[in-house]
Amino acid sequence: MPLKSLSHPYQGYSYAFLDEAAKRELRRTILKSIAIPGYQVPYASREVPFARGWGTGGLQATLAIIGPKDSLKVIDQGDDDSVNAANLRRFITSMTGVSTTTDTQKASLIQSRHRIPEEILDTYQTLVLQVPMPEPLRSVEKSRAVAQQMHADADYGLMWLKLYEQMVRYSQITLGTGYPSLVHGRYVMDPSPIPRWDVPKLHQARHLTILSAGREKRLYAVPPFTEVRPLEFDDIPYRVEDQKDWHCGKTGLKSKFMNELPKDDGSSSYEISDSGYVEKYLRQKEGESIRFAKPYYDDDGKFYRDDVFRELKDD
Amino acid sequence: MNLSLEPITLEPPRLVLEKPLLEAHKLNIYYGKLHVVADVSLELYRAEVLGVVGESGSGKSTLLRLLNLQEDVDSGDYHLAIEGYKANNLFALDRFAKREVQTRHIGIVYQSPHLGLRMHASSSGNVAERLIIAGERRYSALREAAKSSLAASEFPLERMDDLPRKLSGGMQQRVQLAKAIALKPELLLLDEPTTGLDVSVQALVLDTLKRLQRELGIAMIIVSHDLGVIRTLADRIMVMRHGQVVELGLADQVLEDPQHPYTQQLVHAKL
Ligand SMILES: Nc1ncnc2c1ncn2[C@@H]1O[C@H](COP(=O)(O)OP(=O)(O)O)[C@@H](O)[C@H]1O
Ligand SMILES: [Mg+2]
Repeated sequence: MPLKSLSHPYQGYSYAFLDEAAKRELRRTILKSIAIPGYQVPYASREVPFARGWGTGGLQATLAIIGPKDSLKVIDQGDDDSVNAANLRRFITSMTGVSTTTDTQKASLIQSRHRIPEEILDTYQTLVLQVPMPEPLRSVEKSRAVAQQMHADADYGLMWLKLYEQMVRYSQITLGTGYPSLVHGRYVMDPSPIPRWDVPKLHQARHLTILSAGREKRLYAVPPFTEVRPLEFDDIPYRVEDQKDWHCGKTGLKSKFMNELPKDDGSSSYEISDSGYVEKYLRQKEGESIRFAKPYYDDDGKFYRDDVFRELKDD
Repeated sequence: MNLSLEPITLEPPRLVLEKPLLEAHKLNIYYGKLHVVADVSLELYRAEVLGVVGESGSGKSTLLRLLNLQEDVDSGDYHLAIEGYKANNLFALDRFAKREVQTRHIGIVYQSPHLGLRMHASSSGNVAERLIIAGERRYSALREAAKSSLAASEFPLERMDDLPRKLSGGMQQRVQLAKAIALKPELLLLDEPTTGLDVSVQALVLDTLKRLQRELGIAMIIVSHDLGVIRTLADRIMVMRHGQVVELGLADQVLEDPQHPYTQQLVHAKL
């Protein structure tokens, strides 16, 4: 067999933009992050033709693991059509030739900023989340070195104190996005700035989640079937955003994460944030036959697993 | 004549029967060439109060930091008769075990509230943190424990959720005290707890300390350069100079009949 048949033909750039050494380092980093769930693994964040803060961390993770057979979905705040998502999608496809989709179910690789789609992801799928600030302890400990020591010691007292202080001041926990969560009973992570609505989706998920921060040069992962528990007091259960009475203006659906759109008269209308889901729903309504995966939250807002949300028993 | 009296059982004094709570042997620490704590040995019994006096820079605070396992010694060993650690030289424990001993068995109050309190957390939060570290995860239990500790140190409960920096000096010391006793430690270390307070406030805080000591039966080491403070609390007095112990004895003995010239000087200056 001639050597030539074993290598791909010469091309002016390497597949998926990053050079092979960079990809190899990233893949090693990803493997390490999977081996130590929730642990922030440092990596040498490369230059990519995007500004830091625009998803360069997620992009590098995507480029390191993408292959020609992948089907790619890129979303920003749940939206396939935002400028940032469109830019990233165009760049990735032009560097890899992969096909793209807005249908969550058809995507093998999903790069996302700030959201997890509403349909339950499965084992064939990988979710890459763009992370601006990976350090959950930053709000309670300014020094990175000290924070690292605290992670090493699993010393998360200050995180709990923060929750205590919020209860004292506001009678509720006001942390919105990026709710600190304990992964595999060991490391507290900042689950990127996804809303509280999305955090339970990571618990015992069937898919792999990679979280990557390009500017901060750290990457961490939630492997499939891993415990992810938001920090909660025993007597104050974790709650997601209260959107019970909100109906999506486009679909009439409820119990999916909504964006609130202020109207001129001061009231608000609502719209499901997962634009791919809306698109599928509307096409189905017009008579197309569409395949949906089961959603994480059903139409009554009930989560698909029953070991996540606790009701307090009165005694 | 029938002298069939009940046989008298003679009890030896308590201190002879009991093992000390704290035994520290030949502690030494150098900062560079400076021998800050020099061959200091001491014992402390349960419910006993040891007063430590000495001029500024004589190594008192450093000694307390050593006993609080905050710093490593250069030589010496240190035992506390507490569950699970009776056989250990505490200086030889690993970081985790040290933290465990520190949170569960030792309380400390510093002269400066900035050393002892988190200024950005509420007063009750400062106390609750001890219980959080000890693994308490019920918010209601944290509240209750913070409340009862603060009440025990006679802190006005309507201000329990105020930030420490909004409190007066005396109240800050009471928050430190509540934090220190939150987990009912066997040993309480007090580093100039009333220095810098108004005399009247100082007297009130000392009253609280005295009451707590009686009620909880807690062993205390109180550092002060003020013999008056020491006199009101201490059973025994240890006098330090240049890192060394120059005199150690019962409070009355040391105050009435000081042996070392330095102590004589101190006592006379005070009188
Ligand atoms: N962290 C430190 N580094 C260097 N020298 C120190 C340090 N802490 C204290 N010292 C020195 O050690 C000596 C004893 O200090 P300290 O224990 O604070 O005395 P005291 O509490 O009796 O006033 C002093 O000379 C002081 O300057
Ligand atoms: Mg001092």
